[in-house]
Amino acid sequence: MSSVLPERRPTDWASPAMQSRIAARYRAERNFRRLGAAALVIAASFLAFLLFTIVRDGWSGFLRTEAKVEVTFTPATLGVDPAAVSGPDGKAVLARADYLALMNEAAKGLGPASGTLSDAAWLGLRDQLLADPALLGKRVTLWVPVRSTIDLLAKGKFDLAAPADSRGVSDREVAAWRWLEQQGRLRTGFNSAFLGNADSTEPELAGIGGAALGSLFTLFITIIIAFPLGVLSAVWLEEYAPKGRLADLIELSINNLAAVPSIIFGLLGLAFFLNIAGLPRSSPLVGGITLALMIMPVIVIAARVAIKAVPPSIRDAALGIGASPIQVVFQHVLPLALPGIMTGTIIGIARALGETAPLLLIGMRAFVTDVPQGLTAPATVLPMQVFLWSDDVQRGFVEKTSAAILVLLVILIAMNSLAIHLRNRFERRW
Amino acid sequence: MRLVIAFALVLALAGLAYLAGRARAQRLTLAAGGRIGAVHSRPVYHGAYVAVLALAPALLLLAGWGVMGEGVIEGRVLATVAAASQPAPGPDRDALMNEVRGLVAGDLPQAFNPLAPVLAPRYAATKANLDLLAGALAVALLCLGGLWGYSRIRPDFRARNRVEAQVRVLLLVASVVAILTTFGIVLSLIFESIRFFRLVSPVEFLTGLAWSPQTALRADQVGSTGAFGAVPLFWGTIFIGAIIAMAVAIPLGLMSAIYLTQYAQPRLRRWLKPVLELLAGVPTVVYGFFAALTVAPVVRSIAVALGMSDASSDSALAAGLVMGVMIIPFVSSMADDALTAVPRAMRDGSLAMGATMSETVKKVMVPAALPGIIGGVLLAVSRAIGETMIVVMAAGLAANLTANPFSSVTTVTTQIVALLTGDQEFDSAKTLSAFALGLVLFAMTLVLNIYALAVVKRYREAYE
Repeated sequence: MSSVLPERRPTDWASPAMQSRIAARYRAERNFRRLGAAALVIAASFLAFLLFTIVRDGWSGFLRTEAKVEVTFTPATLGVDPAAVSGPDGKAVLARADYLALMNEAAKGLGPASGTLSDAAWLGLRDQLLADPALLGKRVTLWVPVRSTIDLLAKGKFDLAAPADSRGVSDREVAAWRWLEQQGRLRTGFNSAFLGNADSTEPELAGIGGAALGSLFTLFITIIIAFPLGVLSAVWLEEYAPKGRLADLIELSINNLAAVPSIIFGLLGLAFFLNIAGLPRSSPLVGGITLALMIMPVIVIAARVAIKAVPPSIRDAALGIGASPIQVVFQHVLPLALPGIMTGTIIGIARALGETAPLLLIGMRAFVTDVPQGLTAPATVLPMQVFLWSDDVQRGFVEKTSAAILVLLVILIAMNSLAIHLRNRFERRW
Repeated sequence: MRLVIAFALVLALAGLAYLAGRARAQRLTLAAGGRIGAVHSRPVYHGAYVAVLALAPALLLLAGWGVMGEGVIEGRVLATVAAASQPAPGPDRDALMNEVRGLVAGDLPQAFNPLAPVLAPRYAATKANLDLLAGALAVALLCLGGLWGYSRIRPDFRARNRVEAQVRVLLLVASVVAILTTFGIVLSLIFESIRFFRLVSPVEFLTGLAWSPQTALRADQVGSTGAFGAVPLFWGTIFIGAIIAMAVAIPLGLMSAIYLTQYAQPRLRRWLKPVLELLAGVPTVVYGFFAALTVAPVVRSIAVALGMSDASSDSALAAGLVMGVMIIPFVSSMADDALTAVPRAMRDGSLAMGATMSETVKKVMVPAALPGIIGGVLLAVSRAIGETMIVVMAAGLAANLTANPFSSVTTVTTQIVALLTGDQEFDSAKTLSAFALGLVLFAMTLVLNIYALAVVKRYREAYE
């Protein structure tokens, strides 16, 4: 425009052309700003949606449906001799009794719903009788867990309006459930089995207790290996490492290990710890060592930053009054750097707790129906339990998977919040 | 369990050694009139010196026995039966030994393998003997080391310097673990890959277009000789991790970073940054579950609505989309760092010239921060192609060479998991191919990481 003008004149900002140009630029500015806000909103709403679907599917996993049954503790059905029960080892006799037969007997009283009780319902009978042996021969009313299908029906997880062959539940089961409802024999209670039990093929019996304990064992190994190694090597790199090839090599290794895909650590665990060292497969020991190698770089990097942030004047003062270099580090620098080190460690542990891929390769996907017995016994961990259940075709496992995710997320959020809190509260700016 | 007791015993004895050393040094100090400096080091250091000399050899021995002991015991136990009736090394042998251990511990009422009940008593006896031997050796070493250290305590003995030298060695050893891990990874991948490449030529592996790792289980089986052309896997990995995921993560992550650094009020920023960090802290198995259960059916119904009758329920799009969301916080924080590193004078200069914020961002800030942003994106790509759980749960196993996002593709990590979690002999080409895939994945991510870190570092130095 300016080239056609004969002489230089100041821009006429009031002219329609300039005004529309300014308007266009401001419009572009507004649009760009909205775009940025939209990107954030999309990212945040995705998180919200993810949490929403998991809470929606998962909260009912913490509840279970129980049915009321009337049981007569008939000694004949139980296969026990009443005289032996009142004898010296009466408890042992009662513990060995045939509660399954008693349960089957009691289930007959449910009429059309006789097949709706869980396979493990007899455990409730045993606990009841063992707690009070005087009940033998008496009639009691008991609440016992029902099968997963009935549980899901009671929770409204089936679309009953759908045609019978596509809704995933048979007419007989629906009829049994309706009968139980009409009789007022159903109630919903807290699912303590979900938090206490180990895995099971029956959704109503499966729990995360075993996996949680497995996670605890695995993390124990991870922490006792990764924390000292990480802190000590950070100290060496920051305070002692002579400039040279060795320090460069270590630094390069740590930076690369921090970015190596986690599954590669699983390959290392499989090839080295299992096949060469012959450590027990599926055990928290191997899982813990593998995860420790994986999170060690995270701890080293965080600890180095924290150590570097301690001002040199602290070191100089300590050296000045006669402390040796080791005393300077362990009595002055490390205590001051500890909040930063702890933050990095907690973040690393949270990562180890949520990790699945390397553990898949060292066999921690084993189906373990018992809580792990020790550091070398087969075990599974929480995220692995999520993975295993998400693969299961039985419908009852959908809510279990989401409920297990909820537990995992609550623990992880608590850990991360603790890390952020530590960082904000204790980190000093010098 | 015995090993734990042995460790506890050794630690307790070392504690005694510490107390003894400290007491002797204290006595020496008193004998010299309690004057500071009469004994070179403080009693604590003398005690620590004695304890270290006692502890180190014994612990090394016990640790070595803990790692190798089981193998030695198994070898001895198996050597007692005829070679012909021994199971082949690998899962069979592990299963047998597990049964033997179960019988010994009493967890297992009945063994399947007829050999197990025979071996169980021998195993128990061998284990008891050898464990006892190792424990006794450890205690003997401990006593020898402790006594030697104790005998060296003199007023002029420089215990503190010795202990500090030992601590330095400990620090160095801890640092070397990182190198050992790297070497361990490289060596184990390379050794297994070499064994694989003896069976399948590297050229076929790297350029072949057909992937079907099912090898014949019996020699006379027809039709499944196995094809190990990994190109469809590489393509699937790049398609999901570097194309679809990045198409989601780069715009969203970059725009979030721009908004957070340039527009957002400090208060909003204080709230939103932790939310993004939270998104990064969600375990990948959760994303995988979400992708498989919630996103994949939606993607499939969209494909059906678009007229694709053979729409796959494990489409590349579902896995890629969710992976992209997972990467957003990563891209965002890298871009955040890069944008904050641009000198404020450049931004202020542009604004002072009358440019709007968006013009400043587009024409000044982003070009100036570009190397840093690109470095961050490369790191994000490296993380995406190594990501496992999302693709294991949401992507398929069919090795298709297609650019249709609604069809199913498979990735390197999915195949590694699929190949190594089935029941397979460890020496077959099928199992070994997982390590060759791992090697390729390791090399790819290593190159990306080194290059990206170098780019980011050079960029930071340019503005410092």
